[in-house]
Amino acid sequence: MSTGLSIFVIVFTLANIVGCYFLIRWSGQKRQGEAAEGQVTGHTWDGDLQEYNNPLPRWWLWLFYITIIFSLVYLVFYPGAGNFQGVLGWSQEQRYNDEIKAANADYGPIFAAYSKQSIQDLAKDKKAMQAGQRLFLNYCATCHGSDARGAKGFPNLSDTDWLYGGSPDAIKTSILNGRNGIMPPMGAALGGAGIDEVTAYVMTLSGREADPNFAEAGKQRFQILCASCHGQDAKGNPALGAANLTDDIWLHGRSRGAIVETITKGRTGVMPPHRDFLGEDKAHLLAAYVYSLSNK
Amino acid sequence: MKTSSKQPAEGGGEFYEKHKKVYPREVHGLFATLRVTGVLTLLGLYYLLPWLSWEGHQAVLFDLPARKFYIFTLTFWPQDFIYLAALLIISALALFFFTTLAGRLWCGYACPQTVWTEVFLWMERWFEGDRNKQIKLDNAPMAGGKFLRKSAKHTVWLLFSLWTGFTFVGYFTPITELGQAVLQFNTGPWETFWILFYGFATYGNAGWMREQVCIYMCPYARFQSAMFDKDTLLISYDEQRGEPRGSRKRSADPKNLGLGDCVDCTLCVQVCPTGIDIRDGLQYQCIGCAACVDVCNDVMGKMKYAPGLIRYTTENAMQGVPTRILRPRVTIYITLLCAITAALIYSMLIRLPLGLDVIRDRNALYRETNEGLIENIYILKIINMDKQAHEYHLTVSGLEGATLLLEKTDLLIDAGKVVTVPARIRIDPVHLKKIGYDVYFTLTAKDNSALHVRQKGRFIGPLNR
Repeated sequence: MSTGLSIFVIVFTLANIVGCYFLIRWSGQKRQGEAAEGQVTGHTWDGDLQEYNNPLPRWWLWLFYITIIFSLVYLVFYPGAGNFQGVLGWSQEQRYNDEIKAANADYGPIFAAYSKQSIQDLAKDKKAMQAGQRLFLNYCATCHGSDARGAKGFPNLSDTDWLYGGSPDAIKTSILNGRNGIMPPMGAALGGAGIDEVTAYVMTLSGREADPNFAEAGKQRFQILCASCHGQDAKGNPALGAANLTDDIWLHGRSRGAIVETITKGRTGVMPPHRDFLGEDKAHLLAAYVYSLSNK
Repeated sequence: MKTSSKQPAEGGGEFYEKHKKVYPREVHGLFATLRVTGVLTLLGLYYLLPWLSWEGHQAVLFDLPARKFYIFTLTFWPQDFIYLAALLIISALALFFFTTLAGRLWCGYACPQTVWTEVFLWMERWFEGDRNKQIKLDNAPMAGGKFLRKSAKHTVWLLFSLWTGFTFVGYFTPITELGQAVLQFNTGPWETFWILFYGFATYGNAGWMREQVCIYMCPYARFQSAMFDKDTLLISYDEQRGEPRGSRKRSADPKNLGLGDCVDCTLCVQVCPTGIDIRDGLQYQCIGCAACVDVCNDVMGKMKYAPGLIRYTTENAMQGVPTRILRPRVTIYITLLCAITAALIYSMLIRLPLGLDVIRDRNALYRETNEGLIENIYILKIINMDKQAHEYHLTVSGLEGATLLLEKTDLLIDAGKVVTVPARIRIDPVHLKKIGYDVYFTLTAKDNSALHVRQKGRFIGPLNR
């Protein structure tokens, strides 16, 4: 906050506290014409209900003064008076960081112990996999689904089809560094007829029915335009994240329309990197959990 | 006892009064015996319960970190919090009922403030003697004898308070382990804080604050008086019989002297723990402890008068009108009290040690499989609150043609464990007649079909089928 506002807040806060002190002093004074202790005040309700002056004990008044002293002490130690942060240097951010630190100190050793085992061994450890599932539900299920079977555009992790490879190391690398998959739009290069032909060919690759003439023409175009990434045999390339087109698994939709759209407009897939906020050890356990899904 | 004449000149002074210490005189009699019985029973329960064990665990343990409350054979989970609400409602109704029937019974015999103050009074009397000696001691200058007595009293008070704080924490953390930790000065920060805090509160409230808690702080004290009516049993001074008061020889006939039965010995004022004079009529400070009844009956006996100059009676009885016990408010309170208590007991009896939560995945409304089938994904949390492991069987109903697919085939769950199971409901879209359906998951224990729960979930399909 600006210096001017900060000064205003400080003056306003202190004026209120001082004001409270004078208010309490003023209201604690006996005024002229007021009833003495134990006497009727003269107020009458409902005809016969009278009010006596029954004073509070004096220590009760001290409690008010103690709150005033407390508030001043508080303002010295904790942030409250404008831009002044208090002599303790306390802040919410610091509290948060301290708690993260404490949690890491508590749970870090558990994950560190797991990270010393190989991913294949961890995948068979029932207890480790329960912890892995909890991590998965926290960090991964939002996109890949609670059952890890994915959704449109988000790969199914429980099958044996892998865009970037299904080896333990490849999975861990995907988690730590993330992946950026790009299928470039081929609409302009292929033209209207070309798109139909390539679509027909791609469908036959998975054993689906399509016009054989179109498919035959599409095969020629595929070898020129698509094989550089997807391979001559269309089985994909894990180094590029190019999909295997022969297994009847469709990340962006299986219908003919969806395939046409994929070829025409291209697709972009982003798996964000998790190294910074998960750390190596948790990523190791998560990789083991994901590995266990397809290697039972 | 009017003290206003001894006060310094009024006017211009503070609006707040200086606290005057109350020295209640020791009293014996029927109601004192009742209170002592109450004190010993309640405090006995408080101090001993945490030391009992039951089926391998502490009999009464409120395990906050594990979120499980053990009370003998029962184990309560956070899901059972409704029982606590019911218990609080029952407590409130019981307070209303007994207060309407016989005044501030709670305050006089059972309230922790009363119970601990009573014990602290006993300890005070060990070292300082009864009322008169205490007053004399307080007026004496601080010298060796007084200092010894005072410090001995405070030492015993503090030790008892710390034991109280220790016992309190022992309800939340296993008390035998806590005991060892205390002996080694090795308690955790929160344990230390609560032992000291609760100990300090006991010392302050029962040693120093005493009646001031009832008079200035307690909200119950204020509203309980509002529950009285003309048929409520209250501690009252029989003014017609007692007045005019005055001292007389034991042999004298009061009628000849023109006096009532009150000998104006002021013992009723001396025994009062809140320092009031019951002869001034019903006052909000009166906690209904009946100490004045006991002491006055004693005096009446010595004077060979009939007892009961101060007694439990109703306003109607005082005026010669018959007292009605079963009046509408009493009937309503007792009916409600019985109904809710019965409902609580019934629901505890049919309570099943099994919980099921169905949480639908929100990242995608539905999933279309390669075969063109529609799937919804759920997280099922199965809570086995029983003391033994069970294997469960899960079915789904409410959607024709739906198949339930589980990531785990064996639903064998250990005692006291929560297991998270992802589940899918799969359906051919030809069966879908509308966008959304309510579906019902039923979980049944394989070894006991009576142990089953049903939970509602939602299935959502595509708009264009």
